[in-house]
Amino acid sequence: MLKLQPRQSPSPFWSWASPILALGLTAFIAGGIFAFMGRPPILTVYTFLISPLFAPNGIASLAVKAAPLIMMGVGLSLAYKANVWNIGTEGQFTVGAIFAGALALALPDAPMWVIFPAEMLAGIIGGILYALIVAWLRTSFNANEILTSLMLAYIAQYLLIYLVTGPLRDPMGFGFPQTALFSDEADGPRIIANTNLHFGILLAPVVAAAAWMVLGHTVLGFQLRVLGQAPRAAKFAGFSEGKLVWLAMAISGGLAGLSGMFEVTGTQGQLSTNISPGYGFTAIIVGFLGRLNPAGVVPAGLLLALTYLGGDAAQINLGLSNSITGIFQGILLFCLLGSDVLINNRLLWRRRVAAGGRA
Amino acid sequence: MIELLINLIVSVMAAATPLLLAATGELIVEKVAVLNLGVEGMMLMGAIAGFAVAHETGNLPLALLAAVAAGMALSYLFAVLTLTLQANQTATGLALTIFGRGFSALVGAGYVGIAAPTIPKIHLPILSDLPFFGPTLFNYDPIIYLALALLAGTAWFLTKTHAGLILRAIGDQHDAAHVLGYRVIRIRYIAVLFGGAMAGLAGAYMSLSYTPLWAQDMIAGRGWVALALVTFAAWRPFWLMIGAWLFGGMMYLSLYVQGLGVPIPSAFLSALPYLGTVVVLVLISRDHRRIRLHRPAMLGRPFQASS
Repeated sequence: MLKLQPRQSPSPFWSWASPILALGLTAFIAGGIFAFMGRPPILTVYTFLISPLFAPNGIASLAVKAAPLIMMGVGLSLAYKANVWNIGTEGQFTVGAIFAGALALALPDAPMWVIFPAEMLAGIIGGILYALIVAWLRTSFNANEILTSLMLAYIAQYLLIYLVTGPLRDPMGFGFPQTALFSDEADGPRIIANTNLHFGILLAPVVAAAAWMVLGHTVLGFQLRVLGQAPRAAKFAGFSEGKLVWLAMAISGGLAGLSGMFEVTGTQGQLSTNISPGYGFTAIIVGFLGRLNPAGVVPAGLLLALTYLGGDAAQINLGLSNSITGIFQGILLFCLLGSDVLINNRLLWRRRVAAGGRA
Repeated sequence: MIELLINLIVSVMAAATPLLLAATGELIVEKVAVLNLGVEGMMLMGAIAGFAVAHETGNLPLALLAAVAAGMALSYLFAVLTLTLQANQTATGLALTIFGRGFSALVGAGYVGIAAPTIPKIHLPILSDLPFFGPTLFNYDPIIYLALALLAGTAWFLTKTHAGLILRAIGDQHDAAHVLGYRVIRIRYIAVLFGGAMAGLAGAYMSLSYTPLWAQDMIAGRGWVALALVTFAAWRPFWLMIGAWLFGGMMYLSLYVQGLGVPIPSAFLSALPYLGTVVVLVLISRDHRRIRLHRPAMLGRPFQASS
């Protein structure tokens, strides 16, 4: 039988090989599921994972989807490293989008050099404020941040619904639950004119590089890592846990808010009831797949962005529901968590010695 | 007035039942110190499995069984990953929810907007027709009684049986329990599977009785509320019931007030149960000592046999 033998120290090789093994396993399992559904497995996996890259505008669409995932994945990496389990980034994304969108609607005539930085700031502030509620509830009242951040994500969604069906609804919009279109100035600069390649796509890798610097090469990054790995040591060293929790929440929330701002101004041009196809939750997978390391988050974000395009491609070309995106993401995370066992353990093939020896 | 009160009690009982079922399962899971955050995903799997089987076969017991099996299948995956392969429990639980969401949406795509047989209410001669007590005590569907019975059984099991003592020992001191010869991992497996079964049943209650339809994401955060409920109750079964009624009451209230047509935007009222959950969590968690006193000491910590 297979047996796990703990390693002396974690294997650096498997720490990076495990995501690749997980991706292979996921493709294999997904193929199995497609075969079970009576679909040609290889063609379906190809359509899902490879074909979107060769579609017209494939790379551009990938970049548009990857930008928010990378930015939020970077923020979550920092937070999770510090054992701060912010899983409500979807809510902070939404509030950031609301702040930025409301500003864009309030100042329809402002020139781009005024409105665009203001929107970015509004998005960041919205995300930070919403995330700090969670930090405050944890540090002052000891409330579990997993549950509070998630509940606040539901509340943010209802806030958005209220705004786009009420005060911010487009009066000329035939009653649709959406705001008026933002001005071209408010939509911000483009990398290539007349595409939805917005400024956030350039910013995402910069954010990742900055976070990599902070986490690996600054005292703050060191403190965050110690808090996560050895909370008692952090206490003895005199690091303020409360301060670090606030900071981790603020960074992850601010980046989520900024992502929300870019999503509504850069790709959608208005607020509506569905501004996010679950980016906030997918970003959690991005963080783990990227090893909670900002450098790893970039390829992980691109891969998860691909699963969204793959879902659309499978829907259009094969008539499958695009909910296979969620299945694929779930299996990927399962496989990754399973493969990660190889980081700390060796897999041995051993004959069973005696019966009943299992713990 | 009486009519209103009867309506309130009946509605709150129904709203509380899925929470109570899922939370009872999670209570046992957390009592052996495992934190499964995948309740929402398991409930969704149970909801679609139950609904699909009920629609295809018309056989309700079979549908409930399928829901239980679906919840258990997902929780088995959780157990293999976290207990055998020592994966991070938080991440695995989230994976369960993400996967359950996607899988239930895919399977359920063909079941949106169609009907399935619903769980009928029990009608007892004489008792069900009593004024006031008839509708509020003797006229529910069997799952509501089952949920209360399972909770009572769980309370009895935990406090009055030897097996319950072992369960609690594993949650509070797994190394000592291991040294005494108890199979920590195996018992945790069983507890996690029980949690999955209960979440699956809770999901089926949603799709076959509470809102007897399938809709994508129909659990709408109830799995997470059930998790909050376990903390609220400080891992004590009796308080789980009180909490379920409280949270169920909030859910009912938000629907009821929307029905009255008061000039409050319906989105605010819909957000109320989630806001209420946050407030209750905060009020409960404030008391460090109370939480620490009741919390299974090893909660969330992996166990690896030293031999």
